[in-house]
Amino acid sequence: MVDPKLDTSRYDPRSLGLKVGLEIHQQLDTRHKLFCNCPTKLVHGEAEEDIFYRRLRPTRSELGEVDVAALFEWRKGRIYEYHAPLNCSCLVEADEEPPHELNREALVIALAIAKALNSKPVDEIYVMRKIVIDGSNTTGFQRTAIVALGGYIDLPSGKRIGIQTIAVEEDAARKAGEKGTVTSYMLDRMGIPLIEISTAPDITSPEEAYETAHTIGQLLRLSGRVKRGIGTIRQDLNVSIKGGTKIEIKGVQLLDLLPKVVFYEAIRQARLLEIREELRRRGVTEEYIAENAVVKDVTSIFKKTKCKIIRKVIKKGGRVLALRLPGFHGLLGVEVEPGRRFGTELADYARFWGGVGGIFHSDELPAYGISEEELAEVYKELSADKDKDAVVLVADEEKKARKALEAVLDRAKYATKGVPPETRAALSDGTTRYMRPLPGSARMYPETDVPPFEVTEDVLAEAEKIKPVHPMVKLEELTRRYGLSKQLAKQLLHELRLDLFERLAAKYSDKVPATYIASIFTNLLRSLRREGVNIDNITDEDIEAIVKALAEHRIPKEAVEEIIRKAAETPSHDINKIIEEVASRRVSIEEVEKLVDEAVEKLKDEIRAKGMRALSKVMGLVMPKLRGRVEGRVVAEIAKKKIQEVLGG
Amino acid sequence: MTSLYGYEGPAAELVKEAGAKPGDLVEVSRPDGTRYRGVLMPRYALSGKPILVIKLDNGYNIGVRVTPGTRLRVIATREEVLKAARRSGAPAVIPLIEEQPPPGPKPRIMIIGTGGTIASKIEYETGAVKPAFSAEEILEAVPEIGFIADIEAEVLFNILSENMRPELWEKIAERVARHIAEGFNGIVITHGTDTMAYTAAALSFALRGLPVPVALVGAQRSSDRPSSDAAFNLHAAVLFAAKADAAEVAVVMHGEPSDSYALAHRGTKVRKMHTSRRDAFQSINSTPLARIVPKENKIEMLMKPLRRRGEEELRLENGFERKVALIKYYPGMYGEIIDVLVDKGYRGIVLEGTGLGHVGEWLIEPIKRAVEEGVAVVMTSQCLFGRVNMNVYTTGRKLIAAGVIPGGDMLPETAFVKLSWILHRVHDLKEVRRIFLENLAGEYNPRLTLRLYPRWPLNG
Ligand SMILES: [Zn+2]
Repeated sequence: MVDPKLDTSRYDPRSLGLKVGLEIHQQLDTRHKLFCNCPTKLVHGEAEEDIFYRRLRPTRSELGEVDVAALFEWRKGRIYEYHAPLNCSCLVEADEEPPHELNREALVIALAIAKALNSKPVDEIYVMRKIVIDGSNTTGFQRTAIVALGGYIDLPSGKRIGIQTIAVEEDAARKAGEKGTVTSYMLDRMGIPLIEISTAPDITSPEEAYETAHTIGQLLRLSGRVKRGIGTIRQDLNVSIKGGTKIEIKGVQLLDLLPKVVFYEAIRQARLLEIREELRRRGVTEEYIAENAVVKDVTSIFKKTKCKIIRKVIKKGGRVLALRLPGFHGLLGVEVEPGRRFGTELADYARFWGGVGGIFHSDELPAYGISEEELAEVYKELSADKDKDAVVLVADEEKKARKALEAVLDRAKYATKGVPPETRAALSDGTTRYMRPLPGSARMYPETDVPPFEVTEDVLAEAEKIKPVHPMVKLEELTRRYGLSKQLAKQLLHELRLDLFERLAAKYSDKVPATYIASIFTNLLRSLRREGVNIDNITDEDIEAIVKALAEHRIPKEAVEEIIRKAAETPSHDINKIIEEVASRRVSIEEVEKLVDEAVEKLKDEIRAKGMRALSKVMGLVMPKLRGRVEGRVVAEIAKKKIQEVLGG
Repeated sequence: MTSLYGYEGPAAELVKEAGAKPGDLVEVSRPDGTRYRGVLMPRYALSGKPILVIKLDNGYNIGVRVTPGTRLRVIATREEVLKAARRSGAPAVIPLIEEQPPPGPKPRIMIIGTGGTIASKIEYETGAVKPAFSAEEILEAVPEIGFIADIEAEVLFNILSENMRPELWEKIAERVARHIAEGFNGIVITHGTDTMAYTAAALSFALRGLPVPVALVGAQRSSDRPSSDAAFNLHAAVLFAAKADAAEVAVVMHGEPSDSYALAHRGTKVRKMHTSRRDAFQSINSTPLARIVPKENKIEMLMKPLRRRGEEELRLENGFERKVALIKYYPGMYGEIIDVLVDKGYRGIVLEGTGLGHVGEWLIEPIKRAVEEGVAVVMTSQCLFGRVNMNVYTTGRKLIAAGVIPGGDMLPETAFVKLSWILHRVHDLKEVRRIFLENLAGEYNPRLTLRLYPRWPLNG
């Protein structure tokens, strides 16, 4: 028997035959969007906007296929509410004007990255429509085009990961909320160019998935032509284990979560295979389930139930239906991921296919106000065996409840085969939930409104010019050119604003040491963020202004932290004003000498006794009055001189 | 030069040599060692570049340049590919709506196809859009309309909107008349949007005493995409044709960018005012005829219809004179343009003049000559909004004296259609003038109120 409790330490992803492929989506930092002339920026706060409502109708392929997920949303009367900010959306985003030609700038950046990944550009780029009917695109499809095929990236560990395809795509609209059947979206993000890099399933461990995503992410940033910050890079995954199935996992936004998602998915597949083995052991086959499954209306059993959910449904005229899952006793309670049981997987299916709120199953009952007696009656009604079978209850409108149980039964039958192919959504704790069946292959159509783009020698030459270097090459460059320690260079490579560092170091390193500029990023900003200071308010221009002031000796290094803290308070600060304020507080050498004199006078005896070792005492008296107004080095020099005078005189 | 499936030059030769056709699974290999495997696509781009278009296994198309020494090989033919695809389990066709329309008598509606793709299917192997025109196919795509009416459908012809012409108006009018005689309770005509307003005007004049609604409908976003306005518009048009108590010709299209309501516009007062928006069609110098909310199956009349259902009996007065021109005046236009038309035997000229209905004074002589030679000359305004008035300024008075017929608040396009229709049956210029000035199909609005003009939604 499978132990219902999951012990994750029992699973080693490597011995499970783990295979992972990554799909990395990164926003490009172009002047305008992929198919129109709107800027590639998001609105913050209140913005003037127009609002409109649409429905999306599932389209049919020649073979008659319809996307079921889309169909369900449409049948439910799903309405999409679009917010079109005037400053960063136009008729194209509103699907009220055909797309313009492909943004050349985006293609050149993508080709440059493709070259850096040793990928082979195609000779002519064709835009396709990928059907995506969750409303996140006003058109009902995402425009996407392959720009290069093949390639690889070498990881710092030495392993080589294959690249399958590199595509440019339009980003989707931002989901703003959901209320009943209305889902609302913000159109500012829609149309921002994305590069999509798909790796081969060469990754064999959770850590390697992280390392791959991290290395590719660094390479992308090294191009200096991609957007930075949360939400500008997203990862999708394909995960399978030996004997399992390729599962698509969507929407991992935090890189740190990636290894966990991979690990949990590997475990989930392993657990589903354990359940399959247990079913085989019990002699439960698909045919056996089909023959012995029973669905009955058991509403009458719950006429006087204490279960609030069921009472509410019955009052509204709904029914309670029960399903006997023959041979499944104990299996619905088996944990497949931390905190998610096989029963949860069944519930996901019931929700998706039946549109119900959830299910009750025998491995968690009695509970929720459903009594032992009621449960016993349900077993009786279904002629189910308490020690052999499992029972699933759904309370809702009869039609929905029936559909839900049909879906539960289908999913249960698949348990005898193993892991069903699915698209799953990543949750914030690293587990995943069923999102929809894998989309059919016929979801890609040519975008006939956009002419193909020929990749000429000229275009390739332009791309070559901005081709990013491999992070490991960059590491070597940072240590060599700027004299950074390997440790510091490594830290800097993780830094989102590496390109800014390089710009500043090139410009100012003769006046401000490159190691100091690097430490602003690697130490100061990081520690301030940890402290809760809102570093997002600090722009590249702010940092440049500060370094410039240092180079011009207008402020001491000691003042940098204070300036950043002050600037971080509001997004609308005036950095030059803050710098001016600090600079104006600078003290003259005479004032410093006066303060040092006072301190030396006070500590005269101690100085005589301890000699130069009293320097720290003197500094301790003086510095609190001067911090941020003059460099400590200057004060120390004066103090040394004065101490010398006392000792000498 | 060889040309094959859109390919030219070396690419076409390669395709020909390999005996390949679109839909075949092929392999392209080049001397540099690159190999591509995928389904050969036809080339739509109108340029003779030596590039083969291949659909990869992942559904993406890419272009592969044909360099010297490039080879093309067919791995499996289109037929074999399709067979394999079907064998691997063609999915059951899931209907969009599970419920069946309730039995019982419903209005009979005929949908006449003339072009545009109000319902379409996507070709499996090439992604090309194919129109779906049988009643079954339309009902499969837009099952909602089966709940409103008993639908029948036919394809009269299938042309691009810009290729519409008077002989086709005549065909449509004739067909509509036949179906009305057969007892249909309403007619829906699917039509490309570019010239839909002209056809609407033409039918408005040809179908005298119309006893049922005739709704022209189209799509600004083709029906192969999930966001298409086709189904919404068709639903609204069928609703109008089946339920509206307004026996006139109307254009039924989106009322705003949202999928909220459609508007029915009178066939003689409607104009396409935007190149791409869903709500491109607007009533000019008139409110729309009705607002239609498909979701609620609701029709709200916004003005009094020309006729109620069954109020009159249909008299088809078909036929349009071809030798009629619609000319927009521009500063400096030479009189020879008028002269040429007269010399070429044109029988009617509709002018789109400036402002209240003017042209440069040097055109007055050529116009006078045209009238003297028996050419009917009508003046409309390129302002579109408002009516012409040729009594206010001297030039206007001179034009009237020269025999120009003032077009009132009529749209230039409607005036063109009306003059073509009149000239087909009347020769005497006096009679032409008399009929032209008569309000036959709501083409004149005798009272223009303040709100019949679009204004900017400015705050404050
Ligand atoms: Zn735009």
